[in-house]
Amino acid sequence: MNRNLRIALYVLALGIVLAGLWAVTVHAQNPTPTDDEVNRIAHQLYCPVCENTPLDVCPTEACRQWRDLIRQQLSEGWTEAQIKQYFVQQYGVRVLSEPPASGLNWLVYVLPPLIILAGAFLLFRAMRGWIKPPADSSAVGSGEEAPKDEYVERLEEELKKRK
Amino acid sequence: MLAEIGYGIIVVAFIVALYSVGAAIYGERTKSPAVVESARRAMLLLWPLISLAAGTLIYLLITNHFEVSFVYEVTSREMPTYLKITAWWGGQAGSLVFWSWLMSAFASLVTLRKWERDREFLPWVIVVTALTTAFFLGLVVFYENPFARYWQTAGGQIVTSMFAPAATATVYFPSDGNGLNPLLRHPGMIIHPPMLYLGFVSFVIPYAFAIAALITGRTDDRWIRITRRWTLIAWLFLSFGLVLGSRWAYDVLGWGGFWGWDPVEIAALMPWLTGTAFLHSVMIQEKRGLLKQWNMILIILTYSLVIFGTFLTRTGVLSSVHAFAQSSIGPVFFVFIGFTFITSIALLIYRWPDLRGETEMKSLLSREALFLLNNLLFMSVLVICFWGVVFPIISQIFTGQTVTVGPPFYDRATAPLFAALMFLMGIAPLSTWKRSTVGTIGRVLWKSALAALVITVILFFTYTHNIIALVGFYLIALVLLVTLYEFWRAAWARSKATKENVVAALWNLFGRDRRRYGGYVIHISMMLMAIGILGINAFQIQTQGTLALNNSLTLGNYSIKYESIAQFTAADNRQVTRAVVNVYDKNGNYLGQLYPRIDYYPDAQQNMTIPGERPTLQDDLYVLLVDWQPASANGATFKIFVNPLVNWLWIGSLIFFVGIIIAAWPDRDPEYASARSRARHAEQPSAAD
Repeated sequence: MNRNLRIALYVLALGIVLAGLWAVTVHAQNPTPTDDEVNRIAHQLYCPVCENTPLDVCPTEACRQWRDLIRQQLSEGWTEAQIKQYFVQQYGVRVLSEPPASGLNWLVYVLPPLIILAGAFLLFRAMRGWIKPPADSSAVGSGEEAPKDEYVERLEEELKKRK
Repeated sequence: MLAEIGYGIIVVAFIVALYSVGAAIYGERTKSPAVVESARRAMLLLWPLISLAAGTLIYLLITNHFEVSFVYEVTSREMPTYLKITAWWGGQAGSLVFWSWLMSAFASLVTLRKWERDREFLPWVIVVTALTTAFFLGLVVFYENPFARYWQTAGGQIVTSMFAPAATATVYFPSDGNGLNPLLRHPGMIIHPPMLYLGFVSFVIPYAFAIAALITGRTDDRWIRITRRWTLIAWLFLSFGLVLGSRWAYDVLGWGGFWGWDPVEIAALMPWLTGTAFLHSVMIQEKRGLLKQWNMILIILTYSLVIFGTFLTRTGVLSSVHAFAQSSIGPVFFVFIGFTFITSIALLIYRWPDLRGETEMKSLLSREALFLLNNLLFMSVLVICFWGVVFPIISQIFTGQTVTVGPPFYDRATAPLFAALMFLMGIAPLSTWKRSTVGTIGRVLWKSALAALVITVILFFTYTHNIIALVGFYLIALVLLVTLYEFWRAAWARSKATKENVVAALWNLFGRDRRRYGGYVIHISMMLMAIGILGINAFQIQTQGTLALNNSLTLGNYSIKYESIAQFTAADNRQVTRAVVNVYDKNGNYLGQLYPRIDYYPDAQQNMTIPGERPTLQDDLYVLLVDWQPASANGATFKIFVNPLVNWLWIGSLIFFVGIIIAAWPDRDPEYASARSRARHAEQPSAAD
């Protein structure tokens, strides 16, 4: 190998190493996440040791450390989903603001609409049963036949009675 | 000695309450008015007795008797006297005495009424109210005694007991107490629990009459007419309690909001929901003789939810089923709720055939049908709230897994229901009893609906493109316009008929039908509150940053500049860290100064984050000095919220109380008035003679 080629290969190798070092340095220098970025995720997580307190507003020392952890994870490039997953693995699903839709937890989401629909159905059926057409069907038959301003008429009637 | 006296009085009160229950039942069964009267007098004795015990407890609290464990837990030497008094309901044992005291006051008031026309209700009203009071007194006597003291045994152990655990034990006197939880030292929190408790106990009165009606078989609407004002008063107190609690959360909890769907909040909201449904539903029974069975169900539910709410917040069951299992009062509460609920339902089933409606419904759009729909919606919100609170307990029992059911669940599930309720609020006042059609409602609705649409379009071009918020604004505008239109129409009609000017006609309308127009004022206030709720939920923005002195943080139309910070000890021994920030608008104009601070309570070793607020009708600038970094002259961390329109919530709540007072203002009882008039006429000739 001639000398010039050897120098060229050394330069190329050095260039690759420098480029690699540059890339690593750039990756490690992820800008420090802002408080708002930390809060956005912390707000979706509940304090694992307090009752019903979102992590972004919890004043305990433990929560302050967890917020620092979120900041560190963000600076290391973790995604929101990964951070939430980490907290679930560490402290259980209670850290989520809603139970994940699996197993018994389905009941949280399914039961209320079922009960409400059943209630609505029962009410509708009962009302249909209660409703009897009035003897004078013309009074309710159509809007056209209803009094022009029933409320005002009623009020005036009452007032006349009172006089 | 004082502790023994206080405890002794509570024991006597408990026995008197049980006697009252027993005598009332015996007197009714044996048809002995004298025994029922004895039960009534026993009932009347309860309030003075519990007042005496409460007075003893307050004296112990004020005079630093830290040998009494309750006094030790909720007070300290530094606390001002007024806080020592309010500490009475700041701890569990004291709050149970407070509950009993209020219950006995209301029960006494109701037993002092004239009973001539409803003599058959009296024994059963005594039974229910005295039994409820006896239950709470029983908890105090056997489980949560606020008069228990610390004793030092011969072995040096400290034991809590009412009486000496051993002959050699001596009373132990701690030098100072723990102090009241700092969260409970805010004026809002001082008044909030009494208001809630007042709401809770006053709902016991309509329930007592309902049970009396079921037992006696007097299934007309008399019990509803007697208790109408009690129900409104209960609703007033409960509403006031909820609003105060929200304001307290906004000012003290330091998270920029007023409602977090916390189980404790929901525990107070649930009886309010059934109570509100009941308030609407009883009108159908009064006017149309319908829904007798449903009204019974609603008042039984309301009572059960009152006790259930107290159970949830007092037994530790919300934090963990294990805490519940360890709680001494949890299982007792559970049994009492079960007993009263099953007994009530059994009575209801027994009387079910007698409670059939007297007439039929005639139209799906009649006012009674729309009120029923309103009830369905309130009950739907209740189902969501109840399930959301109970599910974590069920999950823990069946799977051992602790879960959180938080705001996203409630917001998503209840928002459409509240929107539907608002729509009903818009059209129900336009419907009439018995018969209404699309045509009759449409003829009076279209003008308001169109005007609301115009307002919404203007908002679209000037304020927001958020579709959900626009739907909310449309409904708010619709209800406001319909209600104002109703006022105008009625005033105009009256003015035409009586030749009064419109203002006088409007004023006289209130006097003529206070319940109706008070109700409309409540509807208006609800919409103003809805503006605040929608504003903060849809448009709240926030940011956080650490500032060096003279540096600024900008959010929306505001910018704050960190001016200075000071640390000092307040008169009540709080260690205060107070920042001074200048507020500027987006053009750099100076708007004022705010003082967010952190209060540290050494006795409780707890921080409180108190915001600096700049309220306007447009929004609320809410600045917190947060403790993410130690605050110093070099730098402090601030969190800023801009909460658009939120102050309409507080304005609306003030109008809300005016509305309830109008609706609950006593009318002269027509029968009583005519009886008086007859008596006057009868007296006149004799005077002439």
